[in-house]
Amino acid sequence: MTAMIDINNAQKSFVMHLQGGIELPVVRGVSFHVEPGECVVLAGPSGAGKSSILKMIFGNYRCDSGRIGIRHQGTQIDLAKAEPRQILSVRRATIGYVSQFLRAVPRVATIDVVAEPLIANGVARAEAREKSGQLLRRLNIPERLWALPPSTFSGGEQQRVNIARGFISDLPILLLDEPTASLDAANRAVVVELVDSKKRQGVAMVAIVHDDEIRHLIADRIVDVTSFAAAA
Amino acid sequence: MAETKMAETLNGDSDQPLLTAEGLGKSYGHLMACRDVSFALYPGEVLAIVGESGSGKSTLLQLLSAQLTPSAGSVSYRMRDGVMRDLAALGEAERRFLFRTDWGYVHQDPAMGLRMAVSAGANVGERLMAVGWNHYGRIRDTASSWLERVEIDTGRIDDAPRTYSGGMRQRLQIARNLVTEPRLVFMDEPTGGLDVSVQARLLDLMRNLVSELGLAAIVVTHDLAVARLLSHRVMVMKGGRVIETGLTDQVLDDPCEPYTQLLVSSILPA
Amino acid sequence: MNAPTYNFAYLDEQTKRMIRRAILKAIAIPGYQVPFASREMPMPYGWGTGGVQVTAAILGRDDVLKVIDQGSDDTTNAISIRKFFAKTAGVATTTSTTDATVIQTRHRIPEGALHAGQVLVYQVPIPEPLRFLEPRETETRRMHALGEYGLMHVKLYEDIARFGHIATAYAYPVKVNARYVMDPSPTPKFDNPKMDNCAALQLFGAGREKRIYAIPPHTSVVSLDFEDHPFTRYRFDAPCALCGAGDSYLDEIVTDDKGSRMFVCSDTDYCETRQSQGHRGSESAAPHKERAHG
Repeated sequence: MTAMIDINNAQKSFVMHLQGGIELPVVRGVSFHVEPGECVVLAGPSGAGKSSILKMIFGNYRCDSGRIGIRHQGTQIDLAKAEPRQILSVRRATIGYVSQFLRAVPRVATIDVVAEPLIANGVARAEAREKSGQLLRRLNIPERLWALPPSTFSGGEQQRVNIARGFISDLPILLLDEPTASLDAANRAVVVELVDSKKRQGVAMVAIVHDDEIRHLIADRIVDVTSFAAAA
Repeated sequence: MAETKMAETLNGDSDQPLLTAEGLGKSYGHLMACRDVSFALYPGEVLAIVGESGSGKSTLLQLLSAQLTPSAGSVSYRMRDGVMRDLAALGEAERRFLFRTDWGYVHQDPAMGLRMAVSAGANVGERLMAVGWNHYGRIRDTASSWLERVEIDTGRIDDAPRTYSGGMRQRLQIARNLVTEPRLVFMDEPTGGLDVSVQARLLDLMRNLVSELGLAAIVVTHDLAVARLLSHRVMVMKGGRVIETGLTDQVLDDPCEPYTQLLVSSILPA
Repeated sequence: MNAPTYNFAYLDEQTKRMIRRAILKAIAIPGYQVPFASREMPMPYGWGTGGVQVTAAILGRDDVLKVIDQGSDDTTNAISIRKFFAKTAGVATTTSTTDATVIQTRHRIPEGALHAGQVLVYQVPIPEPLRFLEPRETETRRMHALGEYGLMHVKLYEDIARFGHIATAYAYPVKVNARYVMDPSPTPKFDNPKMDNCAALQLFGAGREKRIYAIPPHTSVVSLDFEDHPFTRYRFDAPCALCGAGDSYLDEIVTDDKGSRMFVCSDTDYCETRQSQGHRGSESAAPHKERAHG
């Protein structure tokens, strides 16, 4: 049992109380696992529940039933039943998440937005900023922008800041939600390189990628989400 | 240094709660302002209590901070010596000492938490003097460095807060509370009554201070954006009860209870 | 001699007993403000009604009374109170600090050391030292009870921040017997050290505020301060113009309408005693001489 992620029969639905309590099934019977150094890409049409599965692995969405096993600091934790502070601990030490959109506090400089996850784990500020700078440079964010808050940036720039923030820490699990969506070819290539080097470090990844070419480059295995679709 | 402190609090063996509430309730006659609240707060954890006016969140905050005596249940706090004590069993002197040292309380109206006619320096220095600091120079230096930390021009250290803007007053109140390095801070609508732009700056400041100092905090707010930015965990209150609780982003992104769904859906898009 | 319509020392015996109980409690808890049922006195508030009631309660037929106002035996207030007790109690009065057994004072402590057996009675306008920073009496009482005196230093901090030094010159707060912070009444801080380890009993009466407090003989009285801004006495840098004393508290006396002034001992008994012993100051030969001004 060396899997970093081991999902077993997870199920999720929304109950829309404001719409008369209708139940909106999202996914059911979700079962797959991810080994260290492996990148699993979730495939399926929009609305099939790919993002919801990522959010369930991150603890952002609750599970109605089933198990979301995460290897965290040497033991297995079931995120579907974990306490909030266990989930926080898992997010700090084990799971990184690169969302489609950057959600940053106004006023914070880009270089600090990127450095924050490291600082939260006790890395000295200077060292964290150094590493943050390296990543931003690699992702072609010009140095003159580093001191500005990313809220003023273009969509592609924000996405790259987001990627830098997601890739900066040495977490053993990374969840990637369309990391290359609004990037040009050169920057997409950088992301592919970053994913490759994470794989060499033994990081387990789950990604959603719509771009066939990128999917082909990074996927070790593809999980078809259509089979989990819960719609009747 | 500050960064490592936070990491210690968050990653270290914080398996022991800092504060616990058990079956906490308060009634005024037959009116139950707050009932059957139980939870544990861990060191370094920020808990937001959200709900609309009259939901009992302010009563709960007062119960938790020992300013109100509960009608039912109890609140316990882990003192600096590691011993868990029932707040109701503390003597008044001990409770007040706790309030001046290990706790902070940020009022919505800074005039409630500050001495408006006394200089900013003395406002910050008061808690130090209260615990026996007796060196003017050191008190002033410490006050001055705290003003800097909350982004108040140190040139205004001798001005009374009544000459300050609303945002500055609130930042001063925060400095006054944090100077004794408390482990737990209670905040009652800390950004209420401020302009939106001032709010954002204050939130950012609080967020950084809380994480750098490894503070635990209990924040009462009706503003879900404040809860999202500041807190790790959220409790949704309605009619004096906690109706939903969980990780902040979980509750806000995947609300289960009808009332929580209503609250979340009521946020105007940015 | 004793006016027949008045009880000894004006107050009735029940009232005196009530005040004595308050005084005993005050002595038992040095520096603690004991509430008492202050009576209407035949003089306005602010004229020493608190002090007069304390004096009336402790006065015996053999006592020798001295009354001073700002150190002086011969101001209106001092004379009125002295005459009041001469009339209602028939006690002997004096201006001599050494001879007096009871000294009622407003705003000064005599220069000469007091001796065992003497009682110094202070007239107090506002007994609560924390009042100006914390107006709620419920809160100040709690602060006293719990010994929370950080606020007192806030006041001193404000002084230094504003003036560069502790500018409080009178009613300078003290800590009595290492426990209660006390307002020594509006005496100049110059007098504060005299309260410490004093051989005489010190009683404080606030008539309008209905409080009595006390410092028993030989009790420690420490003026509050900061390590880097220690308590200092303040004194004009000149000897008394009449007796040449270099160690006494001085009053500034304007001697004409051209701005001439001289500095003389505020304690008239001390000054006169020194002069009678042959001490001389710069003005003593001709105190009223005209001076030429350029």
